[in-house]
Amino acid sequence: MKEPKSFRQFGVRTASLAHFGNEDLKPLPPPFDKLEKEPDFPALSEAAKAKYEVLDDTIAVSIPKPANAQEEERLVKAFLSGLEKLLNPADNWTFLQPLLMTLEHCAKCQTCSESCQVYEETRNELYRPTYRSEILRRIYFKYVKKAPTFVHGDIDLNWTVVSRLIELAYRCSLCRRCAQTCPIGADNAVVAREIRKIASQEMGITAKELHQDGSVLQLKVGSSTGMTPMIVKDNLEFIDEDTAERTGIEIHTPWDKEGADILLIHNAGEIMAWPENPGAFATLFEAAGLSWTMSSEVVAYDGINYGVWYDDAMFAKVAIRHAQAAKKLGVQRIVIGECGHAHKALTVIADKVLTGDLNIPRVSAMAVLLDIVNSGTIAFDPSRNDFPVTLHDPCNMVRLMGIVAPQRRILEKILPPGRFREMTPHGVNNYCCGGGSGLAIMSGHNFAHWRHRASGRRKFRQILEAFQDEPMDREHLKYVCAPCSNCKGQLRDIIAYYDAWEKAGIFYGGLVELMVNAMVDAKPGFIDWEWR
Amino acid sequence: MSMAAVPYVVAYAGIAGFVIAVVARLVMWARMPMHLRWELYPVAHEGKGRAQYGGSYLEDSDWWKRKREVSLWGEVKFLVPEIAFLVALKEHNPKLWLRSFPFHFGLYLVGTCTVIMMGGGVLAALAPGEISGPLQAALCKVVPVLGGLGLGLGILGAIGLLQRRMSTPELRLYSAPADYLNLVLFLVVFGFAFLTFSWVDRDFSAVSLFVRNLVTFKLGELPGSGPVAVLPAVSAVLLAGLTAYIPLTHMSHFVGKYFAYHSIRWNDEPNLAGGKQEKTIQRLLSQPVTWAAPHIAGDGRRTWVDIATEEVER
Repeated sequence: MKEPKSFRQFGVRTASLAHFGNEDLKPLPPPFDKLEKEPDFPALSEAAKAKYEVLDDTIAVSIPKPANAQEEERLVKAFLSGLEKLLNPADNWTFLQPLLMTLEHCAKCQTCSESCQVYEETRNELYRPTYRSEILRRIYFKYVKKAPTFVHGDIDLNWTVVSRLIELAYRCSLCRRCAQTCPIGADNAVVAREIRKIASQEMGITAKELHQDGSVLQLKVGSSTGMTPMIVKDNLEFIDEDTAERTGIEIHTPWDKEGADILLIHNAGEIMAWPENPGAFATLFEAAGLSWTMSSEVVAYDGINYGVWYDDAMFAKVAIRHAQAAKKLGVQRIVIGECGHAHKALTVIADKVLTGDLNIPRVSAMAVLLDIVNSGTIAFDPSRNDFPVTLHDPCNMVRLMGIVAPQRRILEKILPPGRFREMTPHGVNNYCCGGGSGLAIMSGHNFAHWRHRASGRRKFRQILEAFQDEPMDREHLKYVCAPCSNCKGQLRDIIAYYDAWEKAGIFYGGLVELMVNAMVDAKPGFIDWEWR
Repeated sequence: MSMAAVPYVVAYAGIAGFVIAVVARLVMWARMPMHLRWELYPVAHEGKGRAQYGGSYLEDSDWWKRKREVSLWGEVKFLVPEIAFLVALKEHNPKLWLRSFPFHFGLYLVGTCTVIMMGGGVLAALAPGEISGPLQAALCKVVPVLGGLGLGLGILGAIGLLQRRMSTPELRLYSAPADYLNLVLFLVVFGFAFLTFSWVDRDFSAVSLFVRNLVTFKLGELPGSGPVAVLPAVSAVLLAGLTAYIPLTHMSHFVGKYFAYHSIRWNDEPNLAGGKQEKTIQRLLSQPVTWAAPHIAGDGRRTWVDIATEEVER
């Protein structure tokens, strides 16, 4: 194990500041309990190390090394300028109070450490939730407030500190489990988010997957998947046909239907990677007789809003376009599909952005799906879901929005008795999948390996623990229900990384797939148990 | 000014310093602009039993049409044990709680003792007849118990916290010299007061008289001579100085904590269409932006609305 022993060390240029190997990890539950059989961590390439700033064993943001000392100095000044803007009520009314609360009041008691899945699994000081916050705090007090270092601790600001701090902001999944345990109300996740914001909003440094390939692409062509309005409609038409073939129920996804009750917005990643999910939604909504539509307006058919993780301006641009599409169609409410961050972004965070005729109610699909189940319009046969199921709680939807019960009430109705088991802990105390805040879609260099071994390992441990009473082999199928696109991407990657489908029969999917799988009017076998 | 008035003046200054610093902190937090919603569940005031499992009104598919159920009792049920017994710390960091709880509870007892002495002083001045007899006897018993116990617990807690901060690597790494100094200050001031009261003022009569003089503006000498007269006054002065110092440090979290819960963690009040929040939001969005990255290009004139609604080149 290699880890920082001081804060001064953070600013001293070295090959890397931290490393953890297989020998530093805690064994997983059986049949994955042999550390020596775990995949090795591939080293960063020499070319990557030469080109980009390095913090630890991996690279998330790919910050190019400045050409010379003048460039370094310019970037350090830009960082300080950004920090000052974070403290300016006009530039940062959005997060000023939560940020200052943490900078001013953290008692450095480390109570939050044990709550962080990255720190718990790696035990590396670099990943302690307070480590990055303490660096920003020391910069804030020394360089902005000009307070004596005797009082708040010392740090010398240089380009190494700045670049490493930006990288370190992408070792946190912003799940806010640490904030939940803080006796004072400090929130290290907001610090990580605000560091990302300085980098993006002032320095123009972003993770390509979130900015150029994410928000920018979404605003330009309509979706971060690259789907234009024409392509998305084509894809949905194909999905409708394919779903109808599998279920025997004809469906036609309605587009741009003015005056509908519901505008349904999926994470467009579902359409590309898990087409059975939008297919299942359409099947349920049609069978329940809901008045609904999708929008083919640019941006409005993709619920993602990556700005919520790194940039207030990009966040607002996307949220406003979602609301504008709803306004144009005259719908009564926007329903957000199975995507946690889309839920939080449009329902909670955008709540203080959307006013006037853009202030259209936003509703979780979990609540609407529970209404469908409770209405009795669709008959479900729980015996069709006769396999063990556990539920992953997406942080954005559960801990950060309080949507806890509907998905559980639904599972009670569509699973046979005794087939559901909770993870420990669960609900608002859940662990992040490890892919939150954009980490799940970041796989440059060897970052995916870090994501599986550090941020995602605790969730995999929880899943294994939830199924320990079952035979752990490929013949005994097990289902991890994750009603969130981002979490599903991360679960897919972790399961594949540990080969848990082949070795333990662990499969994953959404909630609506389980519902359609139990629909009496649908042909059996909607869930096909085919690993893709 | 006579020499006898000096400790009173210093005590007044200490109390004034505390009040000014606390009010300044309160004003600072209260005047912060509305921020984006950043709540964290469980939210203690959620109704319909939802606070128990961390649920929210967003579990309803027509939440904006329903009357929100907000339970003040739910907040009280959470906050009173949290403030009095540091429940979150006990649950998540029991080793630290063993030290932090006596420290904080000691402060509460010393504070309560001081308030009782002040109240007794005011009552004695306004209605001398009311403060005699059984009430006076009760106060005479309660004050030394609260004060002695409070100082004792505070000393034990400060020693424990100091020991833990010095001996635990993850605390030591993060601690600045002032973090140790703060605890040492508590130890010195509380220790001095504890020794004083043990030695020359076991029934707290001298310090009670000092406080009574303080609140009735009778800046006279304490009876007796030598240590009996001087030490209680010095203790009161030191405690007043410490009181003024607390809100100048990160220990002012006792002020911030209210806002941490009510403005941030539990602030789930929705911005309903046509509701009172919309005007504030529109004002905030009309502020100029100076963020310099190319995709924002804030020039100090363009506003949040301009930037968020501008067309993207396709």
